[in-house]
Amino acid sequence: MKESRTLPTDYVSSPERTSSGRTLRTDEMILNMGPQHPSTHGVLRLELVVDGEIVVDVIPHIGYLHRCFEKHAEHMTNYQQVIPYADRMDYLSSMCNDWAYALAVEKLLKIEIPERVQYIRLIMAELQRIASHLIAVGTYAIDMGAFTPFLWCFRDRERILDLFEMTCGARLLYNYIWVGGVSHDLPPRFVEKTKDFCRDFRKTLKEVHDVLSYNEIFIKRTANVGVLPKDVAINYACSGPMLRGSGVDWDLRRDDPYGIYDRFEWAVQIGKGEAGTVGDCWDRYMVRMREMEESTKLIEQAVASIPEGNVQSAIPKRIRPEAGEVYVRSESPRGELGFYIVSDGTASPYRVKARAPAFVNLSVLSEISRGAMVADLVAIVGSVDIVLGEVDR
Amino acid sequence: MTAQEIYDNLKAKFGDAVGEAKLDALQPWIAISETRTREICQFLRDEPTFAFDYLSCLSGMDYPDGKLGVVYHLFSMTHRHKIVLRTMCTREHPHIQSVSAVWGTANWHEREAYDMFGIVFDEHPDLRRILCGDDYPGYPLRKDFKVPEFYNGMKVPY
Amino acid sequence: MGILNYKFESGNILITSLDGLLNWARLSSLWQMQFGLACCAIEMMAASASNFDIMRFGVIPRATPRQCDVMIVSGTVTLKMATRIKRLFDQMPEPRYVISMGSCSNCGGPYWEHGYHVLKGVDRVIPVDVYVPGCPPRPEALLEGIIKLQEKVRKESLAKKTVPTA
Ligand code: SF4
Repeated sequence: MKESRTLPTDYVSSPERTSSGRTLRTDEMILNMGPQHPSTHGVLRLELVVDGEIVVDVIPHIGYLHRCFEKHAEHMTNYQQVIPYADRMDYLSSMCNDWAYALAVEKLLKIEIPERVQYIRLIMAELQRIASHLIAVGTYAIDMGAFTPFLWCFRDRERILDLFEMTCGARLLYNYIWVGGVSHDLPPRFVEKTKDFCRDFRKTLKEVHDVLSYNEIFIKRTANVGVLPKDVAINYACSGPMLRGSGVDWDLRRDDPYGIYDRFEWAVQIGKGEAGTVGDCWDRYMVRMREMEESTKLIEQAVASIPEGNVQSAIPKRIRPEAGEVYVRSESPRGELGFYIVSDGTASPYRVKARAPAFVNLSVLSEISRGAMVADLVAIVGSVDIVLGEVDR
Repeated sequence: MTAQEIYDNLKAKFGDAVGEAKLDALQPWIAISETRTREICQFLRDEPTFAFDYLSCLSGMDYPDGKLGVVYHLFSMTHRHKIVLRTMCTREHPHIQSVSAVWGTANWHEREAYDMFGIVFDEHPDLRRILCGDDYPGYPLRKDFKVPEFYNGMKVPY
Repeated sequence: MGILNYKFESGNILITSLDGLLNWARLSSLWQMQFGLACCAIEMMAASASNFDIMRFGVIPRATPRQCDVMIVSGTVTLKMATRIKRLFDQMPEPRYVISMGSCSNCGGPYWEHGYHVLKGVDRVIPVDVYVPGCPPRPEALLEGIIKLQEKVRKESLAKKTVPTA
């Protein structure tokens, strides 16, 4: 096992740091990375303080995609209209965003959700989780210099998008999960096609494992890099694969249950440090890979037992919750997605705050990348799996 | 631990710094003084019977009565209980004590509240705007915010 | 290769105008600046991945503006980003083209009304050649945009090409 690369606590930039005995003066230099940079996954700008190749400090600058979600939510004429904006927040997992928002409003309204809707929502959210993780894994592979897994991941993601498209007509931003129901019932042949997909997808997973997960180069680039210890993860309120990668057994789907996750058999995956230290980039990557496997299981169980019913029976004609406030959280592919909604009794929300998992996860970046090499920083940023739309909202 | 017990404990320890509370709400909340938030939060985090180690969310607010405020959603990984804290300040003197020394995650959340509402968090290590540009005029999520006509020579309204 | 195999057997001579040759060369290798902004960027990525394969049109993503011919502005342009986009555009060598992808960069999209931090249309800072509508446009729509741009390039004459000014 390699020792983990962290900055010694007494680190000073000193002239005696060369091995040859000669003194070589090293200075700290400020390096700008982004907002246009192929490996920052969007418009993230990092201000690096480097000493040679070693990163002394990282200061993330965000807000290059601040699209005023909260202002829009306040200015809509009713609660339902916020959903398309919630879609656009984390554009890789729109279904999960819709669901999270709908959950919050449903809690304010105290309405019961029909059985069939619960099943459909779960299937959609898990398909979305797979699609989102596929992008995370595929782009991570590109960051590490492997191109082929990217193409495989996108190939399978397209099949999920086809399923979504046949359900609601959109490929990326669905506006599908509404308050109290869903916008369309499942189309004919959806169940068979989903089953087919699950069957084929296992093969893709195996292929990606073969070519990437246990690839020597990949392990060298990711194991022991960007180690996030358990207590730091909790102190920074990390969530999702970021938290589970650090070995914390925590998943809102199981521990703060919503929907019908408690009816199915599945397991929460956590990082175990198989390739290096617990909480390194490889663990986070691996948690995502294993979660896709679990999601496949969930989908298979759900499509096998989906009941009949009307999917729009519980949609309220008029959404006008009484004054009050709720904070409801759910597990999006990136972690704890919470909506804090304050209602003043009128038809539109008084305040909507989105607690975006990527925003919170990114805030720990400077903690875990001190002492890494500049090239490792790419591995670390990729393993956090940020979506800038959600970081900046 | 129930919200009532948490409230009683806090009231006993901090007296006047703990204000009104609504414990029968959908999600019970307790109001605390804006000058002692750090102390109270530190206590809530470190006391083993509470162990609120996870700050789920921190949201700025602009209340209808013209006051600004911050809402904290705390959660305990060990005991799995939740509580909501609220604190308020006036528009003229928008100062609230920072809790970023207690939870690292509060750092960015507070910067966001500063950016959007203009709430100044005292003792914050690095209070800069986070989402809008440094020279952006005004605090956008305040209810009386007016969209600027121009920003850096670019027209803003449609 | 079927047809071409028999076309150039004797002497390899092809007669065309200089403009025709140059334009053909330029339009079949429109290198694109690899630069995604928001949701539309995901569709742009999908367009360059397995199923749609934008590279068959000669569109190859490059990481630096100095090697690029076309900038695809894919997504919401915020006020903070607009100055950077302008700078990136200035760094691209002439002749350069801009495709505005998606409603956001066309006109502000869903954020046109309350978007206090959104630029309502990227054409307020840089000139745009092709607008691709949609929120998000499908990858096919982006391909159509590329073809439209190729048509535009085909009709140009280097001698008469006017320099776009911002
Ligand atoms: S046009 Fe629509 S899909 Fe494209 S960036 Fe704007 S909101 Fe996103």
